[in-house]
Amino acid sequence: MSHANYGIAKHRFDTLVIGAGGGGLRAALQLAQAEATVAVVSKVFPTRSHTVAAQGGMNAALANVSPDNWHWHMYDTVKGSDYLGDQDAIEYMCRAASRLVIELEHMGVPFSRLDNGKIYQRPFGGQSQNFGGAQAARTCAAADRTGHAILHSLYQQNIRAKTHFFDEFFAVDLLLDDEGYVLGALVLEIETGEPLIIEAKTTLLATGGVGQLFRTNTNAAINTGDGMGMALRAGIPVQDMEFFQFHPTGIAGKGMLMSEGARGEGGYLINKDGERFMERYAPQAKDLASRDVVSRAIATEVREGRGCGEKGDYVLLKLDHLDPEVIMKRLPGIRDMAMTFAHVDPIDKPIPVFPTAHYTMGGIPTDRFGQVVVPVNQGAAEPVPGLYAVGECACVSVHGANRLGGNSLLDIVVFGRAAGNKITEYLGESRYHRPMGRQYVDKALGHLARWDKRGKGESVGALRDALQRTMEHYCGVFRIENVLAEGLAKVLEIEKRLEDVRLQDHSKIFNTARIEALELENLVSLAVATVTSALARQESRGAHTRIDYPDRDDERWLKHTLFYREGRRLDYKPVTTKPLTVDSFPPKPRVY
Amino acid sequence: MRFSIYRYNPETDKAPYMQDVELTEIRPDMMLLDALRELKKNDETLSFRFSCGEGVCGSDALNINGRNGLSCITPLSSLAEPIQVRPLPGMPVIRDLVVDLTQFYKHYRSIEPYLIVHDPVPEEEFLQTPEQREKLDGLYECILCGACSTACPSFWWNPELFRGPAALLQSYRFLADSRDQATADRLQALEGPYRLFRCHTIMNCAEVCPKGLNPTRAIGEIKKLLLKHII
Ligand SMILES: Cc1cc2nc3c(=O)[nH]c(=O)nc-3n(C[C@H](O)[C@H](O)[C@H](O)COP(=O)(O)OP(=O)(O)OC[C@H]3O[C@@H](n4cnc5c(N)ncnc54)[C@H](O)[C@@H]3O)c2cc1C
Ligand code: SF4
Ligand code: FES
Repeated sequence: MSHANYGIAKHRFDTLVIGAGGGGLRAALQLAQAEATVAVVSKVFPTRSHTVAAQGGMNAALANVSPDNWHWHMYDTVKGSDYLGDQDAIEYMCRAASRLVIELEHMGVPFSRLDNGKIYQRPFGGQSQNFGGAQAARTCAAADRTGHAILHSLYQQNIRAKTHFFDEFFAVDLLLDDEGYVLGALVLEIETGEPLIIEAKTTLLATGGVGQLFRTNTNAAINTGDGMGMALRAGIPVQDMEFFQFHPTGIAGKGMLMSEGARGEGGYLINKDGERFMERYAPQAKDLASRDVVSRAIATEVREGRGCGEKGDYVLLKLDHLDPEVIMKRLPGIRDMAMTFAHVDPIDKPIPVFPTAHYTMGGIPTDRFGQVVVPVNQGAAEPVPGLYAVGECACVSVHGANRLGGNSLLDIVVFGRAAGNKITEYLGESRYHRPMGRQYVDKALGHLARWDKRGKGESVGALRDALQRTMEHYCGVFRIENVLAEGLAKVLEIEKRLEDVRLQDHSKIFNTARIEALELENLVSLAVATVTSALARQESRGAHTRIDYPDRDDERWLKHTLFYREGRRLDYKPVTTKPLTVDSFPPKPRVY
Repeated sequence: MRFSIYRYNPETDKAPYMQDVELTEIRPDMMLLDALRELKKNDETLSFRFSCGEGVCGSDALNINGRNGLSCITPLSSLAEPIQVRPLPGMPVIRDLVVDLTQFYKHYRSIEPYLIVHDPVPEEEFLQTPEQREKLDGLYECILCGACSTACPSFWWNPELFRGPAALLQSYRFLADSRDQATADRLQALEGPYRLFRCHTIMNCAEVCPKGLNPTRAIGEIKKLLLKHII
């Protein structure tokens, strides 16, 4: 550590990884093996990262349970994405999947097992054999704690690799030089309140999603989209933000996730008449249709008066017909959570559920090597030198307009590893750190200093509540022009109000109020991005359902949205429909 | 509802104190974490850790009415008033309810908490029967919340020497894994009067673990293995 830069501590590494979820940790491991010096910064102790909450599992065509191959997995992913996914990246991911699951198993992940000793796989939504045929069982699971199992194993492997961790450090802003090279980041040590500079030849954003945009969500409080916010402030766009996944089965009114694995193990949904209504919406796949399809079906049941309960505002997830042994062995975490938060034991009674904000399909635009890429002067996309992104904060895009369950845990390890490799390559060509000018740091320090202003003003908590309610009301499962337009006006007003927010707590030591303020800034900028992108897209595709434009419109809208902060500018870029080696899957009507 | 909350900000307070506060709007079903977050809306200086809100990340272990537990899965309705909320016992307090867990994590790292395999790895997965895999249940689910170790008198008295229930549970998680090949080294590293043998089966750990895990039992299993190993 040195203090060369005007009193602020400075650290220097080859690579700075921001985020210690599955994406960041997998990349860090790859880099450690390449003997690069790596700093991993995380605002929470690594195993508290949100990957820990993933339940159902991770997809790979191991064919341990049903016949399977990566090409079928690829087809399902392209179809699931409503054809907005980039097929080169999807092919890459699905081909790599088996190898990466095996690698995780070798690292110690305690996958559940089949009688023959192989990894247990369960059916998940949107999975088929033979390009749309019978249901496949492709999701590798450690009971219903797969994320926990994977995150802990990856952290443990990083302990073994002696990765350098900065636990409970909050990344405030990227540091860029005049030529647009990313030189590292300004971070805040939460315990002491001291800012410090981490200089790095390469910086990887792995900061996760932004589920806190919505009031009822399945996400942890820390999922505030900080990496995307940092990118936006650095002039980098975010891609496809209008595609936000609502998971069909969050505990009604509360949001805790009841994994798709519950339906994979044989559970199904019923309305107030006890009807298994998914049979009407998806005759073949039924309860295991894609998430967007099931969420819309539930919302429709409720809107049309077939919801359950006094207010008719939820449906029921039925598991009580299953062997209790299956529930206790395969879904112990779900059962615990249902008992704690919904006060029902799923062995005896069905669980009240409703679609709940869950997953950010959009994010920082990258290629399949994890390089952040931005179109230059209306031309082709080019890498932002020194900057990489993986995981839920990135948009490769392998999930397109709708992510398949089990593909995100896969995404984070596949592209965490790929980014690690690409960074290693870059480090081989870039021997020295570029000079860190004072002016680059000053901008970020100015941003931080904004929160030192004293006096009366609105509170962070109140404005965050207002934002989350606005997003839920104006930008939920069903969308329509006039409501979105009103929503945009509201979030812009919130953006204005943000200027008048003041902290009451100005202490340095473990000031969580300051952290929440910095997070709120990120949330607000992403709310603006999301509503603006949603208002512009005049079609229904995947998770983006426009009542006024009920059909998918490939002619006009088979393209990715890019939102820039400056002037709230929108731009578009083509979808990569050409895979790496196989034939393209052209858009087709999507039925399940 | 009345609360009595441990407050300490080293920048402004000479000594810690208990602050009495009241929350009037209590929703049915509210968890302690919900209440703390409501209180923070009125007084943003109140500091505590939390994240997932559903008992899986292990951020928010606190001492609640004298017992360690996670605030996010502790219903207010289960608590007698005034609800006493304190930081985890025996750990240095950074501020309010936030403690320094460095020592706790150090013990975790010291037990080599990763699978160690000496043989070349197979092309496919290691095979493990469902019965072998079942041995890991009750072990791998640990969320490192620290509730157990900080409820353990042996840990309070020998924080640097005794590994503590959480780390030992993890040690057994690898000893019990049919894939791991470092049994002898792991056991050897736990020999001596302190690291393992300071456990006096007081059982506080198993009683407070919010995931229903039983570190005492795991410690007993390690002792058995050690005995077998020595013979
Ligand atoms: C309840 C739930 C269940 C799920 N189940 C599944 C499943 O079964 N299968 C599946 O495939 N997917 C599942 N998902 C999705 C999947 O878990 C996530 O998309 C994935 O884990 C994200 O990983 P990540 O590495 O990108 O980010 P995260 O795990 O969210 O990690 C983000 C990291 O960034 C750090 N960070 C963020 N901002 C900052 C900052 N400003 N400064 C410093 N550090 C910062 C955080 O501390 C954290 O370490 C589930 C998601 C949820 C919410
Ligand atoms: S054993 Fe239980 S109490 Fe101890 S750290 Fe693990 S989860 Fe927490
Ligand atoms: S907040 Fe994650 S365990 Fe309580």
